This record gives sequence, C-alpha cells and structure tokens, in this order.
Amino acid sequence: MSAAPSIFEKLGFRKASGVGEAGWGHTLLVAIVAFIYFLPVLMIIFTALKPATEALSVPPTLSPTSLFGLIPEQFVFSPTLENFTSVFSRSMTVGGAPEDTGFDHFFFNSIVIASVSVLLALIIGTLAAYGFSRYPLKGNDTYLFIILTTRMLPAIVVIIPVILMFRVVGLSGSYIGIILLYTAFNLAFTIWMMKSFFDELSTDVEDAARIDGSSEVKVFLKICLPQVIAGLAATFVFGLILTWNEFLFALLLTGVDTRTVPVAMNQAVSSGGRGTDWTLLAAIETLFLIPVFLVTFFLQNHLLRGVTFGTVKR
Amino acid sequence: MTATATQQPASDLFTISLGNWKLAILSGLVVSVVAGAVLPASASFWIVGAMAAMIAAAFAFNAYRRKYYGGLLVAPAIAVLFVMNIFPLLWSLGLSFFAYQSNQQSIRFVGLNNYIKALTNDIAAADNWDALINTAMFVVFTVSAQMIVGFLLALLFAKQFPLRKYLLILVLTPMMLSVVASGVFFTYYFDPTFGILSYVMGNITGEQFILMDNKVGAVAGIVFADAWMWSPFVMLLVLAGLVSVPKFLYEAAAIDRVSGWRRFWTITFPYIRGLLMLALLFRTIEAFKLADLVILLTKGGNDTMTISYHLIRIANEQNKTSEGAAISYVMLFMVIVLTNLYLYLANRRSQGT
Repeated sequence: MSAAPSIFEKLGFRKASGVGEAGWGHTLLVAIVAFIYFLPVLMIIFTALKPATEALSVPPTLSPTSLFGLIPEQFVFSPTLENFTSVFSRSMTVGGAPEDTGFDHFFFNSIVIASVSVLLALIIGTLAAYGFSRYPLKGNDTYLFIILTTRMLPAIVVIIPVILMFRVVGLSGSYIGIILLYTAFNLAFTIWMMKSFFDELSTDVEDAARIDGSSEVKVFLKICLPQVIAGLAATFVFGLILTWNEFLFALLLTGVDTRTVPVAMNQAVSSGGRGTDWTLLAAIETLFLIPVFLVTFFLQNHLLRGVTFGTVKR
Repeated sequence: MTATATQQPASDLFTISLGNWKLAILSGLVVSVVAGAVLPASASFWIVGAMAAMIAAAFAFNAYRRKYYGGLLVAPAIAVLFVMNIFPLLWSLGLSFFAYQSNQQSIRFVGLNNYIKALTNDIAAADNWDALINTAMFVVFTVSAQMIVGFLLALLFAKQFPLRKYLLILVLTPMMLSVVASGVFFTYYFDPTFGILSYVMGNITGEQFILMDNKVGAVAGIVFADAWMWSPFVMLLVLAGLVSVPKFLYEAAAIDRVSGWRRFWTITFPYIRGLLMLALLFRTIEAFKLADLVILLTKGGNDTMTISYHLIRIANEQNKTSEGAAISYVMLFMVIVLTNLYLYLANRRSQGT
C-alpha cells in the first residue's frame, strides 16, 4: 500500500503485463478490501455465536475474542454454540421440552431440490446453447429473446397460473413440481451464459475434427465441452446460489415435506410474535451458507484458471 | 434401431417405426382425447404428457436421421420452458383481459379495461407511475453501483498473488446469502437503537442517527444492500473476461509504449465486453424485479415502493390477479423495449469494431 506509484497500478494495471504475478503487497491491499467487504457476513456469523440475551445489546458487541486486548472489553462477548443446537431442537413454548424442529429434513430438501434442478438446467441448457450457437435455427435470435423474456416478469405473475396448474395436476407440494419449476427458472440464464461461451470458441478445431471423421457427438463431448468447463462451473455456481436462496416459489409451492430452508427460516424467525430471533436466524443462515460456500470454493479453480475460453480464441 | 431406420418414405402413415411422427401424432391425439374424456384431470395429465413425450421422441428420431441437430438440441429446453414459464405467462396474459380475483369464483371478460385502469385511472395509475419511477431510479443506482464496484473488485483480483483463492471466496460470500437473512440483518445494522451504523454515527455526530427516516437515506440503504450483495456477480463475470486476455498482447503494447488508458480500451475491453454486457443485461432485468429487499428494509415506506412490490401487493395481498397481470404486461413491454434497444446497441458496437 505504501509504495504505490500510481492509481492505475493499484487498480491492477501493471506496467509490463495485465495478468501477471503480484507480490504480498497486493495481497495486503486485497486482504483489506476483502475483509471490509466480508464484514457484514462476519457479523452474521458472530451473531450466531452470541448468547441470545446479548443480541440487542447497546453498544453492539462485535467480537468473540478481544484479539489480545486490541478490541475494548465492552465490545467483546463470550461465544456459545447454543444457537446451532437450537436450530435442530429447541423448546417451542416457554419452559417447554426441546422439540425436533425438522430442520435436518429442510436442509435435505434444499440440497436435493437445488442440486437436481441446477444439474438438469445445466444439461438441458448447455445442449440448447450449443444448438443455438452451432446450428442456428430460423429466427434464432427470436427464440433466444423469448427465452430471456421468461426472466423479465416478476415471479408473482408466473406463480398464480403455476399454482393453479399444479393444483389441477397434483404436483403442488411435490419434489417433481418444484424441481421442474426451478429447472425452467435456471434455463434462461444457463442458455445465455453458455451460448456466450460457445460463441467465443474457435470453430477451426471442430471443423478439423469433422474432416477427420469425428461424429457430431464426439465433437461436442471431446472438443467443445472441455473448453467451456469454466463456463459450466460459473453457470453452476450462479444457478446454485439463486436456486438455493429462492424464496417466493418455495413459499407458495412446497408442502410440509418438501419445504426448503429459506421458507423454514422465515417461519422459525418470525413465529411466536416475539419479534425477530436474531441469534437463531444467524445460526440458521451460517449453517445454510456452508454448502454453497464449499461448492463455490472447490469450483473456484475452474472459475479462475480455466477461464480462458478454451485453448484457441477466434 | 438400425432396422427401422432404413430409408422409408415418411408418408407411409401406418408403418410402425421410430421416426414415424405422423402416426405418433395421430395415436397420441386419439389416446389423449379418450383419456381426457374418461379419466380425471390429474391422471389424464400424465397420459397426455406421455403421449407428448412419444410424439417428441418420434420428432427427435426423425430430426436425428435428417441431421437436423439445431432443433434437436434446443427442443428439450424449449419444452421445459414452455410448460413451466411460457404457458403460465400466456395464461396470465389471458387473465389480464378478464376481471378475476384469485379468492373469488366469478370471472368476467372486460377487454382492455384492466390496462386502461392501470394507465389512466386517477388513483391506480398515479401509484403505478410513482412505483415505476422509483423502480427506474433503483435500476440506475443499483446497476451502476454493481457495475462499478464489481469492475473494480475484478481488477483487484485479475492478477496472480498469494492467497488469492482464499480472499476471492470472501468477496463472493455476500452473493451466497439468502435475501431473507441479508435483508433482515441489514435492518439490524441500520437499526436506530441497536444498529452498528447508528452507534458509529451517533458517536461521531453526537445525536441519534436514523438512516431510514427520509427518502434519501432509505434509498441509499436499499441500494447499498443490493449493490453489496450482487457486485460479486458482476465481478466474477468481468474477472472471467480479464483473465482470458492473452498476456502477449500486453507485452506487445508495452513495447509499443501504449498508454494505460488506450491499452485498456484496445486490448482489455474487447475481451470483457461480451461478459460485461451479459452482466449488465441480467442485473438490469433483476433490478427491475427488486422487491424483497424493499419489503424487508422499508416495506415501501418513505416513497421507496417499487413496481414489483406494488404488484405483489395487488396480486397477492389484495387478490386482484388480473389487474396485477395487466400492470406486469405493461412493465414487460417496457423491459422488452429497453432490452431490445440495449441488445441493438451492443450488437452494433461489436460489429462496428
């Protein structure tokens, strides 16, 4: 930070190269920015560790440790894991015995519904994107635009006919219904995203493979797909994040058995008329964050290293 | 499979083969009509679905035999979107010409009355326009904030440096939060008595600080929360473009002593343009639908009502389904005009260079 000659260098424009090696100085700069950016999340995690009585203390308590005396005593609280256990089992009435809240089942629902629908959307959407990119139909752009318009209307407009339709068909409250709905919900983004990745690939290699006698299936699987792994990873992460946290469809279309965590979280926190249960909410959210966090973390290598749009650029 | 796939004339209606789509349609229609007449709705749905799948399979086989790959690849996606999105949208488009409330049985054709009411009625139209103007304001503020912050963050992460992986995931985390939790927690941070913001501001200015008590503060709070959550989305897309710029281009530019500004416009920008446009497009569309943060942070108070929240109120809380549908089609029309304009500009630019 101290030895920074120009604002452009700080922002990432290096004199010799754009994507180069930078040292620990840059790490320090980014670490400060990243820490500030992460701070609101960190506060949620810390709130999950607070005793319930300290949630609304004035001044707000900020940290579970005093960091060797760096943070004044009034801002320090003593951490507890009580909130995390009460996510799964707590007493519903004052003084009552702890009851099973069913949150393990809601977590299971969220995982199944989000992963199946995002994978389905990724498979169907990637095929369609490849089709749109390599074998344009008559009125290709019109089809793409219609697909985009499905994302433009507020969910509330789609949802009323969907509720009626599901009720007639017997799909409301079932896994299949919500999974199909989320698949459609993710398709527009998947198709547009993957098409932009396929469009960036050079067709020279594919044409060469075709001349050498590769089948169309082989060209797609062996040549095109490996070049867009970054795109697949990015699309999967975005789709997962959106589906994982989707609230309105889940609220109106899942039953007791298929309820997802965002809906259950909203109910757990606002029920009983005692106002928001901050520490419980924080604990649920912290647990709920872990799966997507891990998936994103493990796909990150593909997100960054592989994002060269493949080996050959047009 | 190969035995049936030999070159038979497709006009052979009663030849039983995988590619005979005419026979498939005929038998499918007959079975569906019979099922629809005899069986209850929930069972006949599945039979009709199975028949549709059969017809689709026949078409698919035919398309494959004729090497019509485009249609074949696109069809599953179109099918899912049609059933789950386009059909419900057409349904609600139809509803917008009727007087219908979801809590009542009666339904009556009223033509364009819902649209006329949404656009010209003294009370309803004024609310709609206010909400629309607020939405436009939120779109401009949140999207530009996200683009700027996302772009700057991407520039920070575009280089290789120690611990990059671990720092990047920290910046991506806000996007992963559920809106319910992040919205509720922003009310906590912004809270006049318990909130950290008011505590800090109170200590600086010496008086109680309430962020949400006027329009500027309320808008700033919502824009801040939304931009904070979704800048990482823009960052990730821009970053994908930035790291794909071949290094030798920068080296050549350095030899030619190209200025930093020109280097950005001539080398970096062409590589990120596509993804930047995609980010802008999807963030704009999402910003038009902004509702949940407004519900959680201000409940539409202090003149922060957005069109999407207004719709939720009309369609869900007041059960005026068809009026809501009419308003949303007016809104869809505006978004389509805007997106087309924008896609036109994007295409013209990319062809111009």
